[in-house]
Amino acid sequence: MSGVRVLVGTRKGAFILTSDGKREKWEVSGPFFTGWEIYHLKGSPADPNRIYASQTSGWFGQVIQRSSDGGKTWETPGGGITMDGGPMPKGESNKFVYDTSPETGKPLTTHQFYDGTQHPWEFKRVWHLEPSLDNPDAVYAGVEDAALFRSTDGARTWQELPGLRGHGTGPKWQPGAGGMCLHTVLIDPSNPKRIFVAISAAGAFRTDDGGKNWKPINKGLRSQFIPDQTAEVGHCVHRIALHRSRPNVLFMQKHWDVMRSDDAGNTWHEVSGNLPTDFGFVIDVHAHEPETIYVVPIKSDSEHFPLEGKLRVYRSRSGGNEWEPLTKGLPQRDCYVNVLRDAMAVDSLDKCGIYFGTTGGQVYASADAGNSWAPIVRDLPPVLSVEVQTLS
Amino acid sequence: MIRVILPAHLRTLARVEGEVRLEVEGPVTQRSVLDALEACYPMLRGTIRDHVTQQRRPFLRFFACEEDLSHESPDAALPDAVTSGAEPFLIIGAIAGG
Repeated sequence: MSGVRVLVGTRKGAFILTSDGKREKWEVSGPFFTGWEIYHLKGSPADPNRIYASQTSGWFGQVIQRSSDGGKTWETPGGGITMDGGPMPKGESNKFVYDTSPETGKPLTTHQFYDGTQHPWEFKRVWHLEPSLDNPDAVYAGVEDAALFRSTDGARTWQELPGLRGHGTGPKWQPGAGGMCLHTVLIDPSNPKRIFVAISAAGAFRTDDGGKNWKPINKGLRSQFIPDQTAEVGHCVHRIALHRSRPNVLFMQKHWDVMRSDDAGNTWHEVSGNLPTDFGFVIDVHAHEPETIYVVPIKSDSEHFPLEGKLRVYRSRSGGNEWEPLTKGLPQRDCYVNVLRDAMAVDSLDKCGIYFGTTGGQVYASADAGNSWAPIVRDLPPVLSVEVQTLS
Repeated sequence: MIRVILPAHLRTLARVEGEVRLEVEGPVTQRSVLDALEACYPMLRGTIRDHVTQQRRPFLRFFACEEDLSHESPDAALPDAVTSGAEPFLIIGAIAGG
């Protein structure tokens, strides 16, 4: 029987929510990694029992956890005692070191800081883990300060894809309020050598050769907080989503503005349409309808909560511009939570399930493509990320 | 036998309860104690010292014998009481909310 597994990262641990295909009754397990910030968990499309988790702490730094049994048990890859004949054991699953070699990484060492001065690149944490589409041991990590790493040994060791930071625009990248983070990694299902990433606040970038060469794809974006509002880089992209049947069509929630590209990011145009505010963080696409997209409008960049205290998901069935509010089952008064950029996901059941988590600790689910909602849980720590696995 | 007391989160990560006991060969210093600790518990590499610089993470402190040793040289000898195992070497997370 089909079912779903919802992977929830919070400020104080991870939780796994499971249900059968009806998505009416839920079992909650966790917290896992209690007390640590879990920025993201994601399962491998090639093996649903393989799940990766980013566990981080201001005190103790970065840890990567891995499960091979659907989240029942976890291990730190390479964290066991394996001498391999050398003087020191291997234990490098949390070792993210920027490549600054002249041959590959180029000696790029600074980016633009909040005050406009140049600032050294410093690793802080992993924001997003994106497993390969076909290899359970291959996984990408988007990190702060912004860079993309890849592991091909099940997260035991990591190597930077230095062409992203080194392609030339890096010194113009700057941190957003949450830090200079690479938070979105999308692999083209029809061509795994094509990867899209997004960075706050640098913009969107694309490789067509598996990560060796990268280029900015921000033409059409306009941002008021940079001197040249249509600059090649410097845009605060919050999230990008695509439908696997049409990987050339991208949807973007930017700092302000909801955008769309029909040419794999070469050009963008605004599709905010009748949204009450086009600020927000999340955006996602219906699993079976590539023109049906979802956002959660947030009042403004200085007031990170829903307009009028009403938590509303907005759905467009036309790929943007025409939006309808979805409110049934969501609080319509006194609601002042936020929905962070990695905290919305969809399942691939029929009807499509939509899920999102809030900074107030609620995880809401809709089993009817957004027509109605109900909380799975109400009182978790602030939710940082939500991912869904559809289980057969 | 060197006794080391870890913060709760690192005890969980290393899957140990109570204090850790280590054999340290040669001079007993912060560096040699942490090297021995990481050899026994590789998952702790990077959580106490930076992977690359080997600098103490900024929100951690090292105490022993009622003294703050955080800013001592990593190659300075630890107190005799730590070397003998009479007193533990404490790794402390800086006080903060949350």
